[in-house]
Amino acid sequence: MKSVSLSIDGKKITAKEGTKILRAALENDIYIANLCAIKDKAEPNAACRLCFVEIEGEEEPVTACTREATDGMVVNTRGERALELARTGFELLMASHPVDCANCPANGVCELQKIAKHIGGKLKTKRFRQLLRELPIDDSNPLFTYDPNKCVLCGRCVWVCRQRKETALLGFAHRGFKRVVTTFAGEPIGAERCLDCSACVEVCPTRALAFKGGEKGLGYRGWVV
Amino acid sequence: MTQTDPGKTAEEKAQSRQETKQALKGFGRKKQNLIPILQKVQGRLGYLPREAMTEIAEYLNIPDIDVYGVVTFYNQFRLTPPGRHSVRVCLGTACHMKGGYITLDAWKRRLDINPGETTTDREFDMDTVACVGCCTKAPVTVVDNKPEGKVEPTRVDGILLAFEQEREVKDKEESESS
Repeated sequence: MKSVSLSIDGKKITAKEGTKILRAALENDIYIANLCAIKDKAEPNAACRLCFVEIEGEEEPVTACTREATDGMVVNTRGERALELARTGFELLMASHPVDCANCPANGVCELQKIAKHIGGKLKTKRFRQLLRELPIDDSNPLFTYDPNKCVLCGRCVWVCRQRKETALLGFAHRGFKRVVTTFAGEPIGAERCLDCSACVEVCPTRALAFKGGEKGLGYRGWVV
Repeated sequence: MTQTDPGKTAEEKAQSRQETKQALKGFGRKKQNLIPILQKVQGRLGYLPREAMTEIAEYLNIPDIDVYGVVTFYNQFRLTPPGRHSVRVCLGTACHMKGGYITLDAWKRRLDINPGETTTDREFDMDTVACVGCCTKAPVTVVDNKPEGKVEPTRVDGILLAFEQEREVKDKEESESS
């Protein structure tokens, strides 16, 4: 396969032709904020709107997960226009995310905290009115709990649930603000159908799906499935 | 909103399943047929019970959560059986400004159900709509396809009282004729 060489933040890197900018960057230890990326998934979810980067010669910032790296491309991940878009996207996410870090098992290993720091965004948004979903927590599974209030709808768990099972248990339901990751008819996740593979927990960036027992960060494997 | 079908007997469930199987005839097993199938099944059953959704998922060989996802996405599909009377509370811009939410609260309180649900006696089903196009009459509620204007909470009581009287008259006539 042909390879392309490009520059990201001044660093010269080579990537296989067809690789998306986000993947090329992450594989070369250049971090770009992201919540929904999945390494093994060919088509990006493009759900979180956080991976904006600037490309030299282009007016508008682009999402790094959807744009293929091309030969001679010059990418800037720290451009102010790109970060401003990412911050707005991030603050919109946080407007419906309960911020109680001190009492959250994800504290210290949370992707949201990491991203806030990286892009200079705020965990507690003042620009937008906070609107919480106040959904019940499902702790029916023996291995993990599911708190839909912390979910950012990235879709990683939904995808991974479909990779290991004949018929998937997790999926999206409802629309707009009520959109939620759930099971058929909103049944408890711990009912007999879950195979307890806990793959969904390992890919959850916000610990909306979190192992019981409370060990901090246990199991999180990021975008590498 | 969770799927609830309290008090549904095994017989009724089997019947829903049978009806669904009948409706599925003639449809290919491609998943792009999902929405036409859902429309046809709802046309027959009046709503999409759990059994119908699992039956459809199996037929198209897709996860049942995906059927549930589509059903909950579109306002057109319902998870609960329709009532004898339908109540559609308008929350469009004009109705919103004229206190549509207060009207909705009144309906919720009187019928003791949330939007998208049916009363346990299956007399009323209630839902919200975005706009019905007669904004001068705001706040509007469409009752059995008839738009009612200026529906303040007292009007809600009035509409319900009219239905109650209608029922009483009917009951009386029935008892007299028998």
